[in-house]
Amino acid sequence: MTTQILIAGFGGQGVLFAGKFLAYKGLLENKQLSWLPSYGPEMRGGTANCSVILSDEPVGSPIVSKPDVLIAMNLPSLDKYENDVVPGGMIFAESSLISRKVARDDVKVFYVPATELANSIGAPTLANMVMTGKLIRECAAISDENIEAALKKVVSARHADLLEVNLKAINTGLGYED
Amino acid sequence: MAEKVLMKGNEAIAEAAIRAGCRHYFGYPITPQTELAAYMAKRMPKIGGVFLQAESEIAAINMVYGVSAAGKRVMTSSSSPGVSLKQEGISYIAGADLPALIVNVERGGPGLGGIQPSQSDYFQATKGGGHGDYHLIVLTPASVQEMADLTALAFDLSDKYRLPSMLLADGTIGQMMEPVVLPEESCGTVEKPWAVTGTQMKRKHNIVNSLYLVPEELEKTNFERFERYKEIEANEARCEEFMTSDADVVVVAFGIAARVSKNAVVAAREQGIKAGLIRPITVWPFPKKAIEEAAKHVKGFVCAELSMGQMIEDVRLACGCSKPVLGAIRVGGMIPTPEEVLAKIKEAEGGNA
Amino acid sequence: MVVFEKPKSLTDAQFHYCPGCTHGIIHRLVAEAIDETGVEGRAVGVAPVGCAVMAYNYFACDMVEAAHGRAPAVATGLKRAMPENIVFTYQGDGDLASIGMAETVHSAARNENITVIFVNNAIYGMTGGQMAPTSLPGQVTQTSPYGRDVKTAGYPIKICEILAALDGPEYIARVAVNNVKNVRNAKKVIKKAFENQIEGKGFSLVEVVSSCPTNWGMTPVKALEWVEEKMIPYYPLGVYKDRSAQEVEA
Repeated sequence: MTTQILIAGFGGQGVLFAGKFLAYKGLLENKQLSWLPSYGPEMRGGTANCSVILSDEPVGSPIVSKPDVLIAMNLPSLDKYENDVVPGGMIFAESSLISRKVARDDVKVFYVPATELANSIGAPTLANMVMTGKLIRECAAISDENIEAALKKVVSARHADLLEVNLKAINTGLGYED
Repeated sequence: MAEKVLMKGNEAIAEAAIRAGCRHYFGYPITPQTELAAYMAKRMPKIGGVFLQAESEIAAINMVYGVSAAGKRVMTSSSSPGVSLKQEGISYIAGADLPALIVNVERGGPGLGGIQPSQSDYFQATKGGGHGDYHLIVLTPASVQEMADLTALAFDLSDKYRLPSMLLADGTIGQMMEPVVLPEESCGTVEKPWAVTGTQMKRKHNIVNSLYLVPEELEKTNFERFERYKEIEANEARCEEFMTSDADVVVVAFGIAARVSKNAVVAAREQGIKAGLIRPITVWPFPKKAIEEAAKHVKGFVCAELSMGQMIEDVRLACGCSKPVLGAIRVGGMIPTPEEVLAKIKEAEGGNA
Repeated sequence: MVVFEKPKSLTDAQFHYCPGCTHGIIHRLVAEAIDETGVEGRAVGVAPVGCAVMAYNYFACDMVEAAHGRAPAVATGLKRAMPENIVFTYQGDGDLASIGMAETVHSAARNENITVIFVNNAIYGMTGGQMAPTSLPGQVTQTSPYGRDVKTAGYPIKICEILAALDGPEYIARVAVNNVKNVRNAKKVIKKAFENQIEGKGFSLVEVVSSCPTNWGMTPVKALEWVEEKMIPYYPLGVYKDRSAQEVEA
């Protein structure tokens, strides 16, 4: 099985970090995987995105153009990628920042006020990890194991103090029912 | 088994080079190969190696020439515009029969171009680049694992055949992360009696040089060099074949284009089209035999490239122009999608080429 | 008893230089410096592009031929690869002060522990007498047939003065080889430039004001007079920077 995930948002929303976390989690679970950041004008232009592919087989193209899962952290990202999601796929929309509804009815949609939730636990910069928690909750292909171990890999030793708050943010997403 | 780690392609090159005994790195900042230089800047001082940010690409490649002349493993890395600047030095290194590793994490051109991935330095890499008759061994990694493995191989081949080698990558493979098992430590076993290490008053002086003012002598060095190139062409052409044995259409693609093409081939097979993929791992020497073999049964080839079809020429030559060769081409930092490659496969399959 | 012999650091190859050219003297001074400092076995030289391109045939130590102007970069690589070796470059004015200016300035700025011998004869000799970065104002050359016009061709570059302004280099000096006194002094200075490297002090450059009778269109004797009358006034001899000596004084 292969899961193609596209995480998109503003630069600074931790889009690449969330992707890295999922990649390290995949590594710990001995999955085949790739993580590819967008680099170039988009990075400067305000939106950042990264492609993460988790699979049981060798990964072909690392570029996710038809995501099974889209995490849209802002409106431009939803606008840009909504129609790329495969039918039957999932869209996670950051509903603190995105006021409109997803227009498609052939995908599963989750509205997560991730920024509000992150604020409520005193971690305003960790909406990305709240979303990631919700993804883990809803997406059968991503287990709820190895969360802390993967975080330890992706949070550098220098910032070890941030481990706990990241964990808290993920757990907040894990516990969120929309 | 060795531990799998998650690394960016550019970092994997750097770590693999260090494990291959490279202790000298010279470079000049340019996107998108920055992580490689940054990794070297961090690691080299800790292992007694040399990281030097040179005043220019030209100086960097000439520092490489110096270290290589002294018989040590050495590398530089850059991206397309920077590699153009290095061509003078590369020609001298080739002309002096020195080993060295040059990494080109390609970006779009010509001129300043863009900073997004490209494969449009194919001609420059495979047909010469600088002045004079010479070749580089050109390796084209398509995964982070290959960024590491081919780095080690590039040093070994370069030492063995005494010519510079190039890792021809693109921004995508450089920037992406994948699990990688890093190669074992080695430092090469090739003796370098030609190196200018100081005579120690025990031998006649060694001269590292590419100047031969007597035409007969210069011709002789060229002939001898090309004898070596023949040997390389016979022994070192590498490619990966995927579902080619019964294929009606074979896609030829390397690097990121090969990754995309594999998806297209799988999709074609699902639709009942007998597609296959030849993925050159070396583009010089070009894997001609695989193309020749495929030409016996395919209706046509598709070159998927991030250039205006530079590799098409080599595929046409390899099949003796016996089969049509289509291009699935994107440039300027764009990458062909699997759908675009698939459309070309269908075109080639339908004989519309 | 032998009172005069060829330095061990020169091979038996016969110089190809023109009659009256001072490269021969300078080669000898470099070879004597290598002999007298006892580093023949670990000396590695870098030859330039220019008249001295075949210096690799004349010095008995290991030699590398570099691309035009790149000798200091090549020397940087050689020295970084084998710091115990004594690495020198031998370059002309076109090589060092024109096409290789960046390599010259930056290797000096890094205080790269190498020795640079800079032969300034104010002309491109090998290609047949074109204007050099160091050609004097008014000097007639193949590419300044009406004399170097500073309004269009700019002014000569004074390498020692430029490099001495940098914090990096250890030792910057200008000498000449147009008479016995100057040759004797040049020998001392060149030797010191090697000693500096042996002592790990860093970048030493010796500019040797030289002559090119062939391309200047003069007899050898007249050319040496021209050095005295025209070149040296524009390029004053002396030690421009000697960090260790300055530190001792301070």
